[in-house]
Amino acid sequence: MAVLLIAEHNNKELRPFTLNAATAASQIDKEVHAVIIGQNSESAAKKLSELPVVKKVISIEAPHYENFTAENFAPAIVKLAENYSHIVCSANTFGKNLMPRIAAHLDTSQVSDIIKVISPDTFLRPIYAGNAFATVKTNDAKKCVTIRPTSFEPCESSGGNATIENGEAGEEFSNTKFIKREEIKSDRPELGTARIVVSGGRGMQSGDNFKLITEVADKLGAAIGASRAAVDAGYISNDHQVGQTGKVVVPDLYIAIGISGAIQHLAGMKESKVIVAINKDGEAPIFSVADYGLEADLFEALPQFMEELNKLNTIQK
Amino acid sequence: MKILVAVKRVIDYNVQIRVKEDGSGVVTDNVKMSTNPPDDNAIEEAVKIKEAGKATEIVAITVGEEKAQETVRKALAVGADKGIHVKTEGVLEPLAISKIIQKIVEKEKPDLVFMGKQAIDDDCNQTGQMLSALLNWPQATFASNIEVKDNSLEVTREIDEGLETVEINIPAIVTCDLRLNEPRYASLPNIMKAKKKPIEEINVSDLGIDITPRVQQLKVEEPPKRKAGIKVANVAELVQKLKNEAKVI
Repeated sequence: MAVLLIAEHNNKELRPFTLNAATAASQIDKEVHAVIIGQNSESAAKKLSELPVVKKVISIEAPHYENFTAENFAPAIVKLAENYSHIVCSANTFGKNLMPRIAAHLDTSQVSDIIKVISPDTFLRPIYAGNAFATVKTNDAKKCVTIRPTSFEPCESSGGNATIENGEAGEEFSNTKFIKREEIKSDRPELGTARIVVSGGRGMQSGDNFKLITEVADKLGAAIGASRAAVDAGYISNDHQVGQTGKVVVPDLYIAIGISGAIQHLAGMKESKVIVAINKDGEAPIFSVADYGLEADLFEALPQFMEELNKLNTIQK
Repeated sequence: MKILVAVKRVIDYNVQIRVKEDGSGVVTDNVKMSTNPPDDNAIEEAVKIKEAGKATEIVAITVGEEKAQETVRKALAVGADKGIHVKTEGVLEPLAISKIIQKIVEKEKPDLVFMGKQAIDDDCNQTGQMLSALLNWPQATFASNIEVKDNSLEVTREIDEGLETVEINIPAIVTCDLRLNEPRYASLPNIMKAKKKPIEEINVSDLGIDITPRVQQLKVEEPPKRKAGIKVANVAELVQKLKNEAKVI
C-alpha cells in the first residue's frame, strides 16, 4: 500500500519542509501520494504535483481549511487513511499539532520525529533531547510517522507531473475558532533553515550587546540564535531560542558566542556540520562539541572577527 | 470550573543521560527524577486561574509506577486540591495514557485538561492531542498565553512561523509551553498541608483499557560522538580555518 504525505503550505506555496517529508515518505515506499488541504490552494497543489517523488495529489478545499486547524484536518485525512499503509508529515509545530489527532482516531500508536527510515516499520528517533537514539518497530497496521525535517534532504522540486484529484471535504469543527496568526517577518534567513546561525548566550550580558551578534550575522547572511539563558534574561525574544525547548537547527556553520553549552542547548545544535565556540571559560561544555574553539573574551573577539571578515574578498552567502 | 492537570515523572532535566550498556534503555537507577518541566507550567497556570476566581477545583493526575505519586504530591503543594494516581507498571505509550485519562475525564468531568506540550524523556508530543481527539474536544497546543472567557479560552500558541491565536470552547485541552508562566516553588507550610490532601489510587486494570504497547523499542544507543575539535589561538586563525579548511564562509 502507498504512503500518504500531508503537505504543509500557506495556501499559495508549499512550506519548505514538505520537501524533506516527501524524501522520508519515498524512503518508506516508492508510491507516495500527497494530500493538500486548504482554501484556494490550487497553486500550492500544482507545486506539489511537480515533486517527482509524488505520484498522485489529492486536493481538498473548503473555507474551514483556510487556517490549517488540526480539528478540521484530522477527520479529512482519517477518511483517506484506509488506502494507505503510512501517513507521514513533518515534526514541526504543524505536524506535531496534527498527527497525534489522526493517530488517535485511527487507534494507532504514532512514531514521532524520526531521523532515519530503517525499514517500512522500523525507524530511528532521538529521545531525551537527542542524548540517546532509539530504534523502534511499530506493529500497528496503519503507521503514523512524523519526520524531523532537518534529518532528510529536500526532494527535487520540479520535473514531476502527478495527477491532481479532488478529495471530499469533511464537516467543520465548530468549537475551535482561528483568530489570528502573527508571522515574524525578517530579512534574515529563517532560523530553522539558515545555512549559518550565529547565537549568543548569557555571556552577551545585555540585549544591547546582541548588536555585536547582529553585525556578524548581517555580514555572513546568517540567522540569529540564542540560548535559553539569554532568552530568559530578556536579551532577545524567544523565537530565537535554539535547544530542546526551542528550535533544533542543523546549519552548515553554527557559531556559539558566550554560550556555555547546557545539555538543553546542545540538543538543539550539535548536529550542525561545523561548530565554532567563542567563550572565555576554557572548560565550558560547548568546547566538547566545537570543531573550532576560541578561548577569548567575546567583547574583544567579536570586533576582531568583524575585522577579519571584512578583509575577506568574498563571503559565501 | 474544574481543571484536570496531567503530570509525568521524568529524569530531571539537568541530569546527563546515560545509555545502558546492553542497549535496553537509559539508566534510571539512582538518578534524580522530577516533574516534566512543562507540566509544572500546566499546574502553575491552573493555580493562577483558580487564584483569579475563575476555577473552583484543580485535580492533578499522574499515570505510572508507585513513585510517580511524588509528582502529584508536588502539584498538591503548589495548589492542586486533589490527586489521582493511576497505577501502572512498565512503559506506556501516549495512546494508552490518553485512553486512561479519557476514562478519568469521563468520571471527573473537568471543564479543562492541561498538560505539558511534551515529555522530555520520550519526546513524543502526542498525549494532549490524542486525548483531545478521543474526547472530540478542541485543542490548543504549545500555549504561551491563556485568557479565560465566559465559555471559552483565548489561547496564544507558539508556532514555527511566530504566534497563532485561537479561541476554543470549553470543554477543551491545552498543552503548555515553557513560556506560559514562571512556575512557583512550593513553600514549606504548603508542602506540609499537601500531605493531608487526598490522592485517589486507581489500578489501571480496573479501567478496562487495552494498554498493550504497539511500538517495540528494539535498541537504545548513544548518539554518534562528534570528532574532537581543535582550539584556535586567535580570531585570524579561526577565520582562516573557516574559509580554507571547513570552507563554510
